[in-house]
Amino acid sequence: MLSGLAAQTASLCSIAALCEIFMNPFTYSRATDVDQAVAEVSGKPHGKFLGGGTNLIDLMKMGVETPEALIDINRLPLAQIEELPGGKGMRIGAMMRNSDLAEHDLIKSRYPVLSEALLSGASPQLRNMATVGGNLLQRTRCYYFYDPAFPACNKRKPGSGCGAIEGFNRIHAILGQSEQCIATHPSDMCVALAALDAIVRVRGPKGEREIPMTDFHRLPGDTPERDTNLQPDELIIAVDLPAMPFATRSHYLKVRDRASYAFALVSVAAALDLDSNKTIKAARVALGGVAHKPWRAEKVEKELAGKQADERTFRVAAEAELAAAKGYKHNSFKIELAKRAIVRALSSVAAME
Amino acid sequence: MASESDVPFDSEADGLSELSILGYPETRRKFIKQVAGTSAAIAIGPNLLSAASLDQAGATSAGDAASDSVKVNLKINGKGYALDVDPRVTLLDALREQLHLTGSKKGCDHGQCGACTVLVNGRRINSCLSLAVTHEGDEITTIEGLANGDELHPMQSAFIEHDGFQCGYCTPGQICSAVACVKEGHANSDDEIREWMSGNICRCGAYPNILAAIKEARSKTA
Repeated sequence: MLSGLAAQTASLCSIAALCEIFMNPFTYSRATDVDQAVAEVSGKPHGKFLGGGTNLIDLMKMGVETPEALIDINRLPLAQIEELPGGKGMRIGAMMRNSDLAEHDLIKSRYPVLSEALLSGASPQLRNMATVGGNLLQRTRCYYFYDPAFPACNKRKPGSGCGAIEGFNRIHAILGQSEQCIATHPSDMCVALAALDAIVRVRGPKGEREIPMTDFHRLPGDTPERDTNLQPDELIIAVDLPAMPFATRSHYLKVRDRASYAFALVSVAAALDLDSNKTIKAARVALGGVAHKPWRAEKVEKELAGKQADERTFRVAAEAELAAAKGYKHNSFKIELAKRAIVRALSSVAAME
Repeated sequence: MASESDVPFDSEADGLSELSILGYPETRRKFIKQVAGTSAAIAIGPNLLSAASLDQAGATSAGDAASDSVKVNLKINGKGYALDVDPRVTLLDALREQLHLTGSKKGCDHGQCGACTVLVNGRRINSCLSLAVTHEGDEITTIEGLANGDELHPMQSAFIEHDGFQCGYCTPGQICSAVACVKEGHANSDDEIREWMSGNICRCGAYPNILAAIKEARSKTA
């Protein structure tokens, strides 16, 4: 039997639940080919493409995203994966679902870091829905961004301030942040793509262009409302993975509050090219959970080149990358955590056959 | 599994006086629909709710132009449905509010709990984060569609056998998810089952029994 208070709370919750389901009205259309989809969004400044919807629909329910038009791209023929001619790598269609990409035999064998990153994210249900293109466009899970009840968020409402800098900032950035925004990018997949030198292929009204993964996402600077360099009338059509033979020796390490189904506090995507004496010929390393974009760890890579693959080398490299890190009241632990995660991830990769 | 287990209120309970003030003490679901017929619906916009609710909301005005409704054909549990839905309606709300298939549950409504899990073309998804209009022509299986007549699906039987629930609210989602988990080949060890069932939260903590149920059903459904 419920107490009066419990019943009242329950009834209020019911109303709250109802209120949550309403979104601003929008027009809906189904695109049948890429050019039509691009043409359709071009005439609608507040239009958005709808893929898996796992982030966009959620943000629309929260009132953070309020598109006037949704162009459903789920039927576009962009869900395939193909080898690029001349052994140049692989092309992943933007509408490929995260689960299909993660379980693809060639991805598992040639780019295990990407498969592991995908499988470490979200849940099986969400991975069945989420697309590669949509994953690139995930928005931050910063509490102050995600809940419009918080008045200050420069990303949601430019000029309103940042609730996180003086607030609860445990999940926030330690690298590349600005006075305007200390949000982090939440994707795991993107961290692996950054390490793998992936290229994002997009189509707009003027045709196609390529955006290197490391230039796709932005640091917040004075325009934290812009997550990426994609234009509003451009559609992501594919992601190219250049051939990287040594990526067979790669790994994704994700550190989080729960064993599963949680965003990264810190994550590391790492690949090592080793000679027979375990000397590092080349390294590819990117960090997640530390910055407004997947953080390509160039200082680590530079520090590792030509050195012996051992824990001491890894620690020196990690120190170099995090030297410029800045922590806040609740997230300073991430600086040491990131260093240790880099060492552990690289040690795992070095130990791989 | 498809019973009215989402009616947590005993209508005779003393604590329902707050609901009684509104004059609708029957059930939570009815309560929600009735609220839609009151002033709350002005803010909500009437087209989100089922035809039954629409009647009740008929006296209200939406204030802004609601999204135009869109026709969508769904095949649910083997039966074809032609629906007219507001594009804002999620698959979960279409199932529950328009088709009265209330087995699929609304837990968090944000893709975090898995109570709304259904199978679309054989794959498990969170129906709360998927707009109904995007499922034109899709084959959808809900908890109501798993049994073969009176014969329960082996996963349903195993959940009963192993007490894979306490309150039962997460159970339809757990079972749909578990059926897919086995079919995907992700139920080969205890740890693998735990990882691949992590998208379904059970607040009663029936996890050990859910695990046992899946292990038993695995051999019967594989």
